[in-house]
Amino acid sequence: MTSPSYSIVKDNDGRSIWSFFRSELRPKGKWLTPFNIVSIPIMLLGLGIIIIRFANGIGSVTNLTQETPWGLWIGFDVVTGVAFAGGAYVLTFMVYILKMNKYHSIVRITVLNGCLAYVFYAGALLLDLGRPWNVINPIIGNSFGTSSVLFLVAWHFMLYMMAELIEFSPAIAEWLGARRAHKILSGITIAAVIFGITLSTLHQSGLGALYLMAKDKIHPLWYSEFIPILFLVSSIFAGLSMVIFEGTISRKVFSHQISKKNHHAEKGILHGLSKICAGAMFAYFFLQLLVFIHGKHWDLLNTPMGYWYLFEMIGFVLLPMMLFYYSYRTNNITLIRVAAILTMLGIILNRLNVSVIGFNWDTPVHYIPSWMEIVVTLAVIFTEIWVFRWVINRMPVLRESPSWARNEN
Amino acid sequence: MNINRRIFFKTAGVIGVSLAVGSTLGAASPESGEIEFRGILYDSSRCVGCQECEKACAAAHELPEPQDEVKAGVLRKTSETQRCVVNNYNTSKGEVFIRKQCMHCNEPACAAACLTQAMYKTKEGPVIWREEKCMGCRYCMVSCPFDVPKFEYHSANPKIQKCDMCYERILKGDKPTCVNACPGEALVSGTRRELIAEARKRIAETPKAYTDQIYGESTAGGTGYLYLSPVPFNELGFNPKIQNSSYPELSKGFLYSVPSVFVLLPTLLLGIHEATKNNQSKNEEND
Ligand code: SF4
Ligand code: SF4
Repeated sequence: MTSPSYSIVKDNDGRSIWSFFRSELRPKGKWLTPFNIVSIPIMLLGLGIIIIRFANGIGSVTNLTQETPWGLWIGFDVVTGVAFAGGAYVLTFMVYILKMNKYHSIVRITVLNGCLAYVFYAGALLLDLGRPWNVINPIIGNSFGTSSVLFLVAWHFMLYMMAELIEFSPAIAEWLGARRAHKILSGITIAAVIFGITLSTLHQSGLGALYLMAKDKIHPLWYSEFIPILFLVSSIFAGLSMVIFEGTISRKVFSHQISKKNHHAEKGILHGLSKICAGAMFAYFFLQLLVFIHGKHWDLLNTPMGYWYLFEMIGFVLLPMMLFYYSYRTNNITLIRVAAILTMLGIILNRLNVSVIGFNWDTPVHYIPSWMEIVVTLAVIFTEIWVFRWVINRMPVLRESPSWARNEN
Repeated sequence: MNINRRIFFKTAGVIGVSLAVGSTLGAASPESGEIEFRGILYDSSRCVGCQECEKACAAAHELPEPQDEVKAGVLRKTSETQRCVVNNYNTSKGEVFIRKQCMHCNEPACAAACLTQAMYKTKEGPVIWREEKCMGCRYCMVSCPFDVPKFEYHSANPKIQKCDMCYERILKGDKPTCVNACPGEALVSGTRRELIAEARKRIAETPKAYTDQIYGESTAGGTGYLYLSPVPFNELGFNPKIQNSSYPELSKGFLYSVPSVFVLLPTLLLGIHEATKNNQSKNEEND
């Protein structure tokens, strides 16, 4: 790196790596798109709020209380965001382990999406830490809280980010034209996939296990010893719904990058995913039903929280499940998308019901997020989309890989 | 599902215990026979609500002196500036004072939750918070069944505030400062065993004066702070939902299963991967 003439970028005919990076950092395409006009002010505002938060403490920008120590930043950004990022482990399982090659064309974008989700949502966790300078304590080993579920989750986040980076790294190597690195990185993909699936299984359920000790605080309709299993199963269709949703948008925004062949394959992919979603949701609904019967909370159904529970279970589990099944049978692509969006709303509802709405639901003053918490959340999401777009416009994510990379294996 | 679960936990247990993660779970293990936990016995029938303990506590921990007075029927709460409070409840036997602070559980949920061991059950008994370790995640607050840890939301260098049973003084062999300050001997300190014996004696000697329960003897798996009261404890604002077994136990099943998942799942995945390798071309034709 010391000599500016040194070039690892073979495809760029002798251009130095620095000018390569400089040109790649510049935005491509129009500046004043509607998305940019909305997102830039919110990101700047979010940045301002974050500065206030670090200067004056968390209480200066959030509505958190002693009774509700975890609010939107944990309940939505982390707990819900990670469920949505579950698509990566499910798809890598389908493609690399079960060899369902039909889905190969969407693996990269899903892994990228998952990887960025972890980076940004785990990043949001740092905003919520009161003493973030001590965040290395559970990592460097001077104080391992091994009896803590959060310790497990934190470690898994970190390791999983690395696994996903490795899974995605061949795309980076193709972008840089680094052939040797590409070969090595492609070779360890399967190891990263297996490691990644294992980690995901444990921390998707671990996020639910975080709440096991809060037994008396979570509304009984949402608390059970089975939260970990429910969180794990729901992460399957949460992640896949996100894949469907994100695919719908990418298809429009980046349509010129997608090859004819893959455009055609899309219908088949959505069709297949709707079947898997319907199946996973059926299992989930059945589990919820068993948990409910096991918990013997019939009396609670006829309370406001009971109606809310039924609203979630019927409107956002049962209904999208039937929609998925119906659209699978009738091959109705639009309906699949509607089902995916309903499912995602249901996941948001469920995770917030456990972590925020149903948490200390009976305290006199209940927590409602401040507008600043919402702005920061939006800013985090927008920043992620910016990076996502930047990567897609440069690396072969939706686009076909360069020919040398395809011939390699 | 029940059967699945049983098998799940059984396999999990067998493998889990033998692995490192399983054995370090002992961080929140029950009171061992060798070193006895120290505790405090609070006898509400002797408490006169003078707030001397509150004032002494504030002075000892550099917190502002409490300004609000104890009034019957007015609920005061512990906060980031008040580690202990005395309240006055209207009960079936008239006005009764009751003090609230950290219970110093035998198996504290807060310490099991803490991923940095900032919340820590010392071998002497007090549950302490260690500033240099804490990263401010507030998971201890989420987990503590008594809602004890309080967070300084309005500080750029926030601390968790909660009673530490004056751990420094205990190390030196002194009594906690509240115990010293109490003029009516409503508070006594000692080993947990001594305190339970003493509490039993008081109930036995004047059964009329007490409800027949030592709160904390088995609550939440046993606590270092023990209560005697003339009226049943549900009249005194104690959360009736709190269970008698330990809270860390609730997430142990999950934690024990982790090592086995870590061993079994990759093996399984690798197996499927190998098995499907040859089917690859066939699959391509299929759907
Ligand atoms: S009462 Fe709460 S803070 Fe105190 S030791 Fe028990 S779990 Fe920890
Ligand atoms: S806030 Fe501090 S003491 Fe509480 S669990 Fe987190 S790191 Fe531990």
